Amino acid sequence: MTAPAVIEEEAAESAGSLTVVKARHPGRWIAGAVVAVLLAMAVNALITNPAWDWPVVGAYLFHPSVLHAVLFTVELTALGIVLGFLLGTVLALMRLSRVPLLTSVAWGYVWLFRSVPLILQLLFWYNLAALYKQISFGVPFGPAFFSVDSMELIGPVTAAALGLALHQAAYAAEIVRGGFLSVEPGQLEAAAALGIPRARQILRIRLPQAMRSIVPAAGNEIIGLVKGTSVVYIMALPELFYQVQVIYNRNGRVIAMLLVAAIWYLVLTTVLSAAQYYVERRFGRGLARALPPTPVQRARRILTVRRAARRQRLAANGGGQR
Amino acid sequence: MSTPMVDVRGVHKSYGPLEVLRGVDLRVQAGEVTVVIGPSGSGKSTLLRSINHLEKIDRGYVTIDGEFVGYRRSGDRLYELRERDILRQRTHIGFVFQNFNLFPHLTVRQNVTEAPVSAQGRPRDEAEALATELLAQVGLSDKAGAYPRQLSGGQQQRVAIARALALRPKVVLFDEPTSALDPELVGEVLEVMKALARSGTTMIVVTHEIGFAREVADTVVFMDAGRIVEQGPPPQVLDRPRHDRTRAFLSKVL
Ligand SMILES: Nc1ncnc2c1ncn2[C@@H]1O[C@H](COP(=O)(O)OP(=O)(O)O)[C@@H](O)[C@H]1O
Ligand SMILES: [Mg+2]
Repeated sequence: MTAPAVIEEEAAESAGSLTVVKARHPGRWIAGAVVAVLLAMAVNALITNPAWDWPVVGAYLFHPSVLHAVLFTVELTALGIVLGFLLGTVLALMRLSRVPLLTSVAWGYVWLFRSVPLILQLLFWYNLAALYKQISFGVPFGPAFFSVDSMELIGPVTAAALGLALHQAAYAAEIVRGGFLSVEPGQLEAAAALGIPRARQILRIRLPQAMRSIVPAAGNEIIGLVKGTSVVYIMALPELFYQVQVIYNRNGRVIAMLLVAAIWYLVLTTVLSAAQYYVERRFGRGLARALPPTPVQRARRILTVRRAARRQRLAANGGGQR
Repeated sequence: MSTPMVDVRGVHKSYGPLEVLRGVDLRVQAGEVTVVIGPSGSGKSTLLRSINHLEKIDRGYVTIDGEFVGYRRSGDRLYELRERDILRQRTHIGFVFQNFNLFPHLTVRQNVTEAPVSAQGRPRDEAEALATELLAQVGLSDKAGAYPRQLSGGQQQRVAIARALALRPKVVLFDEPTSALDPELVGEVLEVMKALARSGTTMIVVTHEIGFAREVADTVVFMDAGRIVEQGPPPQVLDRPRHDRTRAFLSKVL
């Protein structure tokens, strides 16, 4: 049913006193109501069905072993992303360089590490110690200065972080390269015409503009990796997913423990999404005519406008105008 | 005879099978303004880009103030310079692009100070003072903190001119600086360029603005199909062209 728009007739009396009446959208209200009912049903099912085991969820959500696991997941993600993007940026620069050997090596790296499944790479690094018992440092193909036991150098944690980072680097390289290519060629010409040194061209002109397309893609990768760390469970490392498995194997509360893990993954990705929003704004500087307000700024603005409107209404009523 | 500020000799340039410059000779004395006109595709941009070595030429050479661009001469040989040295040479050659090519993520002031600091190693406060002065010169003192996208096309091009001047170049090359502008914005950019010409800046300007050529050019050069067809003072080339091709071109743009 469409409610006819109410036209305030007295408003048309003089141009100075015209009142603007906002358009009504009954369709939106109906759609909203339907979704609200469905949502209420879902929440009801979540809360009232005892199978979800909420008391257990509550008991384990902040359990020290779970918190440790969350921390370890965060550490693995951070290591994987930071090392991955550092190496990825180097690979991207190699790929874009004018040296054919560098270009081919970078291409080969991406080809290899994108082609082999992550889980396989992780197991490979984990078992590398068996392959090379000793790792020597010295002149290539020449005498060694010192050697270390590879088990010491590549422990399970290092193997996991290394595996994640090396795998991540292949994707990061393509993201960074894509970002660099997205910068308008005229920008590089202008920088070259001004005689700006090459390293400075990359850091000051190219990278900041590339960031605009790198950040959303990198955000995706980071969030992917938060969850991707869960494959590390095959190396029996106490990250979040492995830890909840350990607990539910002991107490049998599978659903509740999976919920605990899910909630933590949600929290981590939410924090990251918010961070991404602000990082994108930072690199959007100058690219839009004016930056849109952040959600916080918008909420504040709405509140001030509301408050002002209420004050006005009160004043009007107090004046006895109606 | 004094050595010209810009000396272009027998320059050839091909893109694959397409010969775009077929032996171009051009001399510009210090303080002179040379306007290059000619039909689209005749090689005007390629010529300007060859002068500051954005394009590598196949034959011939270019010198700026007696120094080979892109090469070092030793006896009878020209040795190709490394990129770093070419970049250093470019700081003597200002370039103003048709599409401005301002750095959108930097403020107007940062656009102007970037090259003096990073390419010429000037102290920051000196570069800042120079930027203030140049922005006043192009009439944009109040826009120093703005980002390029917040400016009109005419304002952006004026910033681009200030950015090119910030290097204190020996010559400034303009590649159709007003072609991307709305008609009502062309005037403000031409005014800045006229003032620059009057102040004795050596300029090579590719443009279709015949009025500008008539007013400020010392020499007008007409190019067609990769060659300079004729050149001379504005009245001679614009009013009494000797070649049919010049006449045909002028009848279209006038
Ligand atoms: N990078 C390039 N590769 C191939 N052809 C090009 C390139 N740049 C310019 N050309 C060609 O060279 C010719 C001259 O171009 P240009 O110097 O831009 O002419 P103008 O500036 O006089 O319009 C044109 O035919 C153009 O298509
Ligand atoms: Mg052109």
